[in-house]
Amino acid sequence: MSEIDTSFDPGDADEVVRVRFVLNGCKTSCAVAPRDTLLDCLRNSLELTGTHAGCEMGACAACLVLLDGRAVHSCLMFAVQADGARIETIEGLSESGAIADLQAEFHRRNALQCGFCTPGMLINAHELLSQNAAPSRAEIRDALSGNYCRCTGYEAIVDAVAAAAARRAGGKTKDHAS
Amino acid sequence: MIAPLTSLDRPNSYIGRSVPRPNAKRLLAGRGHYVTDIKLPRMLHAAFLRSPHAHARIASIDVERARAVDGVHLVATGGDLAKICTPWTGTLDHFKGMISEPQLPLPLERVVWAGQAVVTVVAESRARAEDALELIAVDYEELPAVVDLDEARKPGAPLVNPAGHSNVCFRSQLDSGGVDDAFARAAHVVEEELSFGRHTPVTLEPRAIIADYDPDAGMLTVHHGTQTPYQFQDLYSRHFGIPEARVRVIAPDIGGSFGMKLHVYHEDMAVVGLAILLRRPVKFVADRMESFVSDIHARDHRVRARMALDESGEILAMDVHDVTAIGAFSTYPRTSVVEGNQVIRLIGAPYRFRSYRAALEVIFQNKVQTSQYRAVGHPIACAVTERMFDLAAMRVGRDPFEIRAQNLIADDAYPLASPTGYKFEALSHQLCLRRLRDMMNYDGLRTEQAALREHGIHRGIGIASFVEITNPSPAFYGVGGARISSQDGATLSLTPSGEVRCAISVTEQGQGTEAIVSQIVADQLGLAQEHVKVLTGDTEVTPHGGATWACRGAGIGGETALQAARVLKANILEIAALVLQEQPSALDIEGGEIVDAATRQQRLAVAEIARIAYFRSDTLPPGTQAQLTVSHHFAPQGYPFAFTNGIQGCHLELDVETGFIRLLKHFVVEDCGRIINPMLVDEQLRGGVVQGLGAALLEECRYGETGQLLNGSLADYLVPMAMEMPDIVIDHVETPTKDTVLGAKGCGEAGTAAASACVLNAVNDALAPFGAAINAIPITPARVLKALGRF
Repeated sequence: MSEIDTSFDPGDADEVVRVRFVLNGCKTSCAVAPRDTLLDCLRNSLELTGTHAGCEMGACAACLVLLDGRAVHSCLMFAVQADGARIETIEGLSESGAIADLQAEFHRRNALQCGFCTPGMLINAHELLSQNAAPSRAEIRDALSGNYCRCTGYEAIVDAVAAAAARRAGGKTKDHAS
Repeated sequence: MIAPLTSLDRPNSYIGRSVPRPNAKRLLAGRGHYVTDIKLPRMLHAAFLRSPHAHARIASIDVERARAVDGVHLVATGGDLAKICTPWTGTLDHFKGMISEPQLPLPLERVVWAGQAVVTVVAESRARAEDALELIAVDYEELPAVVDLDEARKPGAPLVNPAGHSNVCFRSQLDSGGVDDAFARAAHVVEEELSFGRHTPVTLEPRAIIADYDPDAGMLTVHHGTQTPYQFQDLYSRHFGIPEARVRVIAPDIGGSFGMKLHVYHEDMAVVGLAILLRRPVKFVADRMESFVSDIHARDHRVRARMALDESGEILAMDVHDVTAIGAFSTYPRTSVVEGNQVIRLIGAPYRFRSYRAALEVIFQNKVQTSQYRAVGHPIACAVTERMFDLAAMRVGRDPFEIRAQNLIADDAYPLASPTGYKFEALSHQLCLRRLRDMMNYDGLRTEQAALREHGIHRGIGIASFVEITNPSPAFYGVGGARISSQDGATLSLTPSGEVRCAISVTEQGQGTEAIVSQIVADQLGLAQEHVKVLTGDTEVTPHGGATWACRGAGIGGETALQAARVLKANILEIAALVLQEQPSALDIEGGEIVDAATRQQRLAVAEIARIAYFRSDTLPPGTQAQLTVSHHFAPQGYPFAFTNGIQGCHLELDVETGFIRLLKHFVVEDCGRIINPMLVDEQLRGGVVQGLGAALLEECRYGETGQLLNGSLADYLVPMAMEMPDIVIDHVETPTKDTVLGAKGCGEAGTAAASACVLNAVNDALAPFGAAINAIPITPARVLKALGRF
């Protein structure tokens, strides 16, 4: 017989904790299980499905959200750890217009295909541009190197981020650096 | 080889224009609607207990404690599902002599790979279902596992299927004749054995399915992350005994597919069965660990090849032997032998030669199934062919470009059949070769390479010509008895407001199907693209069709849309002619207006025709019945496949101390016939190239001796990320197929087809001064250092 942990009681998982945070600018509270990740809480309880689950181990960045202004993997933290934080998801960033220029450049250059990595890409690109207003192509590639995209080959994404940076700097859009 | 101008090339045509995808804005705003996002009322969640052994007999299963967990609705084993689901077998008639065991959603007696689903729990939440899995006890009796390819082929080897005689699934041979003679009179013979690692698609959205059965309506509805909803409608209907018209499969946004999401998976069939048993919606989303052990894998080939050449470097013959291992079953319904079949048929395809002999052996082993994944067989055939040409060039003392210019089929030699029987309508290898040479600045790169070698910097340059199979006719699957359609259908309606709705059977996974279909319909009907709404991915909405596989969306789906639009246009003009008291042939549509065909003078808005037809039919002549909805099907005829061609180049730098490879730049010249949307074609090429670069340098499913997958997570299985990937320069030649009005062929697999081959050649180019060579992909740093004798 294979080993079974007889001490395990699934009933333990019934416990519920209330977490409160500022989500996309609104005070929000949510009942979560202690084992729920922030990703579970956002997607399942709060129905913010723009944040995606790709690997659940911090390797693909489909789950990125802004937590107190920094891009974090929502699959790698428990929802209870986000208590008191300020969280922004792709939905909030879209509605506020904070990433409208990045979205427009991604659209214009078709820097997405299936779109599953796209929210995480945008959030990471947004964080990059908030810290480095004029990144080189190598710096953009480096900053995005934790975001897995199987569809695009990355180049159009790099182009789009570079173009958004150039526009923010008031310059003209640079096409391929090559 | 540039196509003559037609009506598709007029200055304001949507065809040939880089318009952004209308449906991409939704995805950018986080408003995608993937199966993983869908919640249905009363929906339950399934989880699967998986085999820890690669091969074992199931002695007993104890599920009592799991059944007792609060929130658990059902625990099911193989026997429970076998009662309502008929078994399936992954063989096709045109692969003579192939065998594979019947499969069921969950096994009855034996597990045949580590990770195979054995028991399922359905509960209120996924977490609760996984809790209950912890309480299931399965008693296994381990059996000898067949892991290694060579061990599997030995006489007396343990058998994957103990009732069988050997581990052979399928053998095939091709012989055009004259091979032995050619080798006997050859001035040069080059020979190599090349191996290709097992890898897996790693779509970012894992497999996802929600099945819902309404017993009162007798209706099964499945939300399924798949490329091929009609294929699954047919399969669910037949295997669960539900009338086809009462099975609806909906494929919403799909988070990547690449051929992986068109195979029958055991868990998916189980979920449909569970929904029928429970009469409630049941959802299953593979987690990443489950994806690695249950999604199809691909490749895993070893090819021994010989090439005979005359004194001048002209190819006389090739003789190849491909051995591939496919896991414990052949995949259903497309089989696991198509890749090997395409490897032996595509080897040498870009080149002019007569004598070819090939043997294929397809072997079972205790691993997860392999099957069709982007560019099926192409990367292997291309790498074998192109490596042989580089070896030949070295042997004969010719430059890689020169020996290819000498041997590639001439651009004016078509139509032409390959020694393996493929029929080529018109290709442009020589022009592509010349374009690539200029685009790469090949001579400059060679000069730079020589100069840098003086400073201990080792750069490599590699090129690889390829053909790609696109627009498949029934010759691909239909002739083998598979109920997989090679035709597509579209229903076009003019709405009362004068807009057009197009429901079409080709599907969208982000490649831009909906964009190009709306471009074609808008172009043909003379409407603005934003007035064309395209619907895909729902068997209840669109006609039956092949959907998306093997590069058929633009070529077959696009032609379907074009022909349907022409039928609707004729019907619109017929009504317009009655209203305007003209002949239909004297009228045309432009910018949403009926115009005089000769003078282009506006006569009446299309919206006005729609208004009259729908709301004031009393004002039309008696007997008039306006047909402003048309359904139209198109099946490819003429050539069995529309082959495309192209060539790629790779420039890289090799660190001989660490074995690391830095990709500096990648180049593609590609000919996919008529280009509908250049931006989308380039994105297909770039994405495809990067998938091939991953295969070349990073990706490999590594197994231990007992058949355990050792690197089944995204932290351990390396995929290409932004930092390692180069910029990719692209150029096009356009040779439209004459089999269709549109002239489009596919472009989705071209990037993957040749990328790994030209990396292999470039690495070997960099290694050449050391007398070292690589004959396996992925080309890991360890393999490089081993080749250099430094590891």
